[in-house]
Amino acid sequence: MGELKLMKGNEALAEAAIRCGADAYFGYPITPQSEVIEYLSEQNPYERTGMVVLQAESELAAINMVYAAGAAGKHVMTSSSSPGVCLKQEGLAYIAGAEVPCVFADVVRGGPGLGTIQPSQADYFQNTKGGGNGDYRNIVLAPASVQEMADFVPLGFDLAFKYRMAVCILSDGAIGQMMEKVVLPEQKARLTEEEIKAKYPWALTGRKRGTQHRVITSLDLDSARMEEHNRALQRKYDEVTKNEVRYEMIDCDDADYVFVAYGSSARIAQKSVQLGRAEGLKVGLLRPITLWPYPTKAIQSLIDKGVKGFLSVELSCGQMIEDVLLACNGRAKAEHFGRVGGIIHTPEEVLEAMKKQIIGE
Amino acid sequence: MAEITLQDIIQPENLVYEKSKLLTEKPFHYCPGCGHGTVHRIIAEVLEELGVDDRTIGVSPVGCAVMAYDYFDVDFVEAAHGRAPACATGIKRVWPDKVVFSYQGDGDLAAIGTCETIHTCNRGENITMIFVNNGIYGMTGGQMAPTTLVGMKTATTPYGRMPQWPDGTPNNGFPLQITQLLAQLPGTRYVTRQAVFSPAAVRNAKKAIKKAFQNQIENKNGVNFVEIVSNCNSNWKMSAVDANKWLQDNMLPVYPLGDLKDNFELIKK
Repeated sequence: MGELKLMKGNEALAEAAIRCGADAYFGYPITPQSEVIEYLSEQNPYERTGMVVLQAESELAAINMVYAAGAAGKHVMTSSSSPGVCLKQEGLAYIAGAEVPCVFADVVRGGPGLGTIQPSQADYFQNTKGGGNGDYRNIVLAPASVQEMADFVPLGFDLAFKYRMAVCILSDGAIGQMMEKVVLPEQKARLTEEEIKAKYPWALTGRKRGTQHRVITSLDLDSARMEEHNRALQRKYDEVTKNEVRYEMIDCDDADYVFVAYGSSARIAQKSVQLGRAEGLKVGLLRPITLWPYPTKAIQSLIDKGVKGFLSVELSCGQMIEDVLLACNGRAKAEHFGRVGGIIHTPEEVLEAMKKQIIGE
Repeated sequence: MAEITLQDIIQPENLVYEKSKLLTEKPFHYCPGCGHGTVHRIIAEVLEELGVDDRTIGVSPVGCAVMAYDYFDVDFVEAAHGRAPACATGIKRVWPDKVVFSYQGDGDLAAIGTCETIHTCNRGENITMIFVNNGIYGMTGGQMAPTTLVGMKTATTPYGRMPQWPDGTPNNGFPLQITQLLAQLPGTRYVTRQAVFSPAAVRNAKKAIKKAFQNQIENKNGVNFVEIVSNCNSNWKMSAVDANKWLQDNMLPVYPLGDLKDNFELIKK
């Protein structure tokens, strides 16, 4: 049985990292996620499990520590917030090209630039559409509760090592800062050197005498090989798309109109569904849990079942709406609603937007 | 007297020198005359002599040595430009018993990666850092490096590096004495500057590199930093022989050879 605790989202993420047997966390403080490294430092996980915690000189340094330690077969993670994640994009492109597993959390704040320290969901593009250079994808998990902040760390590592790629936990300032009860998993042991060598033959652990040395690199100057490498990456991403789409549907069975929202916006839209249902409106909520791969087919199946319109509710000027529109492909109406700049929409104004923009007067 | 054939000569007892077993069969892409090949050979020999090839992880840079991983028969990760010290830190922290080294040029270590270089040295990571300084960007075609000498012509200083305009306003800045700077940091255990332009210099460089690895193996902390003042005959636009002469006449007065720090103590000159 797990342990029930009242925690902040950022703390739950950190505690989950220790408990799932992570080997290292490399980070750099930035609001609103500094609690992650503060909690880890206070918990002294090196004594609890042997987990390394290091405050790096920058987000750039931190992600490159993650890159190399991941290349060496260890379970490593980092976390940051929006402007800091921009700095990590260099390393994330290398991680994608070199196929290194790792987990990183983006506890999103408003932008562009230094923006604000208040919650935002305007890093959707940054994390689902790339950010670094080249044709690559990261798996993006969107927690909507403190519980999911904890749950998605071990899930993230499982996916990262299954596919040898980066997994982003795309949170926001609200989920990171709010306190909720959370059931924490039991402590898992960190992998031993023998286990790492057996499970991850690609990992840099010092090549055994008489065997081929291993190289982890994103570089290949041979165009034919580089094209094949890119094709292989795309085949891997297709496999992820086939296997790993996650979402939740609330009150969608008989719905005529559906809110599409993730993270803190999903929590708010869930209330909007209740308010709408109380007024007799057949509204539901589709909550994507993976933002990449996106639950495109779930939207299409709702259209097949007769849903007439979707409202993409985001704390941004409209980013996820592009994926909703692609899924609709003109077969149903879809529009965006969202507050920005650190302002969080109310359930009432979200419902009002559904009525005005999608249902019509 | 019977004629001596080639077969008679190629016998184990006649062997006086061989390529290190830790260098692969892959032909170097380095320009003929460049110092990188010699530095690679020294590192391979040292790792072989220390018998740590089965627990060594190297970090290659961006620049001429980007494909160093093809030449060493040890595990390797290829870092982003300037981030090799961060990569080496990441590996060493999670595998403290492995032998970890980074290999970087002057642009990588002393320009784009200065932050990672300084902080890795200041934390006193127990790693070995190899720094090849030829005062120019080789791979990108001969642009100014942080260590380019005053007056030296490069693709981006075609009239010679001019730190300031004649009226005193800033221009290209000054050659960065990164190694001296790093020697000042409490986290560096051993800081030395060597070269590979002559057999005597190669012998000294090998001694220094061996010490830099031995220190890592025997201790728990302290960066072991070896600068190799090298040439870039292609981008200096000289023959290999002239480049080595030019190096001695021009580079060494600015970057004099010898130990700067040993066992955490600065060496008084």
